Formats: sequence, C-alpha cells, structure tokens
Amino acid sequence: MTSISFDVEKIRKDFPVFSRELPDGRPLVYLDSGNSSQKPNQVIETMREHLALHYSNVGRAMHVLGAESTDAYENARDKIAGFVGAPSRDEVIFTKNASEALNLVAYSFGNPANTDPRFTLGPGDEIVISEMEHHSNIVPWQLLVQRTGATLKWFGVTDDGRLDYTPGLITERTKIVSIAHQSNVLGTVNPVAEVARRAHEVGALVMLDASQSVPHHPVDVTGLGADFVAFTGHKMVGPSGIGVLWGRAELLEAMPPFLGGGEMIEAVWMDRSTYAPVPHKFEAGTPPIVEAIGLGAAVDYLTEVGMEAIEAHERSLTAYALDALRDLPGLRIIGPDSLEQRGGTVSFTIEGIHPHDVGQILDDRFGVAVRVGHHCARPLHLRFGIPATTRASFYLYNTTGEIDALVRGLHHVQKVFA
Amino acid sequence: MIGESMYQELILEHYKHPQGRGLREPYDAEVHHVNPTCGDEITLRVKVGDAGKVLDVSYEGQGCSISQAAASVLHELATGSTVEETLAVVDEFTRLMQGRGQVEPDEDVLGDAVAFAGVAKFPARVKCALLSWMAYKDAVVRSAE
Repeated sequence: MTSISFDVEKIRKDFPVFSRELPDGRPLVYLDSGNSSQKPNQVIETMREHLALHYSNVGRAMHVLGAESTDAYENARDKIAGFVGAPSRDEVIFTKNASEALNLVAYSFGNPANTDPRFTLGPGDEIVISEMEHHSNIVPWQLLVQRTGATLKWFGVTDDGRLDYTPGLITERTKIVSIAHQSNVLGTVNPVAEVARRAHEVGALVMLDASQSVPHHPVDVTGLGADFVAFTGHKMVGPSGIGVLWGRAELLEAMPPFLGGGEMIEAVWMDRSTYAPVPHKFEAGTPPIVEAIGLGAAVDYLTEVGMEAIEAHERSLTAYALDALRDLPGLRIIGPDSLEQRGGTVSFTIEGIHPHDVGQILDDRFGVAVRVGHHCARPLHLRFGIPATTRASFYLYNTTGEIDALVRGLHHVQKVFA
Repeated sequence: MIGESMYQELILEHYKHPQGRGLREPYDAEVHHVNPTCGDEITLRVKVGDAGKVLDVSYEGQGCSISQAAASVLHELATGSTVEETLAVVDEFTRLMQGRGQVEPDEDVLGDAVAFAGVAKFPARVKCALLSWMAYKDAVVRSAE
C-alpha cells in the first residue's frame, strides 16, 4: 500500500538541493541524514516569508508584527505538541538543540534550588545511561556526577548491537535512566517502554534521546512511558538552532529554571525573581523564532507525507542496503543485521581501509555523502574495538538507486586500496 | 575525480607497507599526539646521536591512509639526516600542507613528501598529514631538553 502512495520522486522535487550537481558534474547522493537532514521548499518558504513579512520579537511587542510573530511561534509549539502526542502544548519547550534539552534536565538534578525529592542527587545515588549513547547523552551526566558525587552506571551493548538490558542495573538508588530511543550509529531501536517500566517501579525518572527516532517513526511520547524526551529540528527536515524538550508538566513545574533572562520571569526585584509558568520558564531570552516556525512547517510537511509511510519507505531502503552491503567482501556491519527493532542507519567497517579514506573517495568520485568517524559516540566504538565507522543514514527522500551508488563506490574504494 | 589525486601511488604504497613502524629502544623522547576530530593517533620516539644526527624515528599509531603514510615517509626522510635538516623539511611540509593547494612545493627539500601536495586541497585532511610531523617536531624539541 505504501509503495503506491509513497512517491519518492515527487518528494525529491520538494527539496531544492536535489536539483543541484556537485563540482565536476557529480550527482549528489545524500546518505547523511542521521547527521542532518535536507530541507524542503515548504520549510524554506515558511521561514523566508516570516522573515520577510511578519518578523518581530515574540511575547512582548505590542504591535501587529509582534502579535503575528508570537502567534506563529506559539502555533509552532501546538504543531509539535500534536506531532509527538504531547498531552499539553505547555509541555513542549523550545531549546537550541537536543543537547540543550538533555543538559536542561541534567541541571535539574542535585540542584540546591530544587528540593523535590525526585530530583535530589548526591553520593550513593545513581544515574543509568548506556554504552551506545551519543556524547550529548553522556557528558551532561558526567558533569552532573562531578557536581554531586553521584554514580554513573551504564548498560552495555551486545555484539550484534543491541542494548544489553539487565533490569538489575536499575535499583532503588537510581534517580534517572537516560537512553537513546534509536542509536545514531547502530540504528538499534531500544526497548524503552520496558526500561521505563522498570525505572518507574523503583521511583526513577526516565529520559529519552529521541533525536534519531522522532524524525523517522511515528512517536507518541506518552506511549513511550518516558518522563522527558529530547529531539532536534535539523534532523527532521527543519532548521538547525531549534530543539525540543518534552516533559511531563508536573515535573517541569517542579524543576528550577535552567537559564535566567528575559521572558522566563514573572516579576523581578533586585534581590530575587519569580518565574513564568512552563514552558516559558525554560525559554530565557529571545528564542530562535524563525527556526521554531520552520520546525512547525517541518512537522506539517512530515505529517502530510505521513510518518507511517516514511517509516515503511526507510524500512525498505534499510532492507535493500543490508542485502547489498552483505555482498561486499571484508565489510562488517556494526549494528543489527536484521530489520527487527532497527531504523535506517547502517554503520560498517571495511577491512584494511580507514573510514576517512572510504568517505573521501565516495565523496570525491561518486558524490556520495556519508559520515565517517565515531559519530559522537566514541565509547560505543571503543566497545567494538574500532576507531571509526562509515555510516549511511536514510530518509524519506532517498532511493534504492542511491544505495546502488554507495555500493558501486565501495567497490571502487576497495579497488584503490587493493 | 579530484580526490584520487590525493591518493598518490606513493601514499598508498607507504600505507600498505609502512616503513620503520613499531616502537624501538633506545630513544631520547617519546610523544603521543591525537587528532580529536577523527581519533587518529600516533606515539612517536626519536633517538638523536652525535652531531645532531637522527638515528631513529620509531612510531606506532592508527588512522587513515594519509596519516599513516605520512608517518612512514617521515621515518624514511628523517632517519640518517641531522635534526637541523629534518626541521627544514618539516617547515616546508607544513608550509605546503597549510597552503590550501596554492603553494608550489620545493621538491628538493621535500623528496617523497611532495606526494602529499594533493592533500593540501582538502582542509579536513591536512591535520591527518601533519599529525606525525608535528609529533616529530615536538619529540625533537623534547629530546634536546
């Protein structure tokens, strides 16, 4: 059914970048959407039009442009709340990116300004993450541990790239469990509902880094069972500079502000302040207005195409890629070799050839853009005993023809280094 | 097509058959340099003898073909020369690498290292080529201390 309704050539026409050529007439084969996605006209035009005709600051200007900007900005919040099934629009906080959203939550723990027992943290308390996390879901917790004397623990990763989920790691001492919904390297989709159930049994909170899942799958934040969910605009056909923290309202209300400044206050005296209600309590200063509006247009676009259809399209691309890559000699897939609980991100190594050389030749000769390196997940690479991988990541605008180009490129890479 | 000019036969040869690889005794100084953006790393030792003669440059590392081949070429060029001569080569190599592809390399000074000229056109890879050479410069300074 999907193959009939999903017209990838029509979708590609929405993305101006696919109408360009690279230097020397190479076609662009963009397989790096896990890093950042391309933007459709609908997003570009919405942002351009807002900047051209409706722009002003939000939440404070008492004039027509101020009202139009505020309406558009808050309307984007409504759209995003709807897109991820947030029970209330006030639970959607705009941040700069997913990293800021993760840092915001980490900052709420062990913070003297927060006396809510769910957020107290000190020696003897534990934070649980996993070995497959992006650095943005590792370092904020390391910093928190340094500030508070709490202990950081983590789930390992199995040889086939699955979360080595041992429920016993989550104990009465655990205050928060923070893991990726989908790994940015392995493509693995984690059993987050199961982890959340266990965490809630012991009274711990649960945060999900959904940067790699919200752009690619229908996501309902309440269905995940999490307390906090972070994701970012630029990976979901929206602009950079805008991210989202979703959190359960009563938790957000209990948390202290993260950044102080304009817009996040209720009243200010010289010696103290009271704060605005959520979400504005967490949005100090002039926000990324046009970026938020652009993200609103992005979720409109994705909704119109249909998240189920996008998920199915990526699934067929992933199946095609896994089959094609298996045939390359010396190629080792780092991550699940099956489609089960896995998204459209495929990382691999090629025996005897460093990923930087792979990426360079793919780009220079074939116009194939992949990511090479540790993808901000160095501990995961250490776990597999490798310094780096080559990663192809797919999105709604990719085609099987582009995967063929990748495979042709890889054959050539092997020839150069033979 | 541009990229392949970066992968000169000489670079590929040195990558596949690195010269002087492995850490050896004796040595005067050992340094460890990393390229945090790509994770390439090198541990490098130098042994300097009488009259400033470089007796050995030994190294162990991991990384892409450019970084590994650059270490191998460095070993060949430096071993047997004087420190002073090798530092002149390092300077010329650095000038070439940082020249954004606009610098005409001095082949008399560079020898085989001239094969890396194409790398200079790829800003992201310049650090790969320079990793071992910067480590060498550092080690030589320390060996004199």
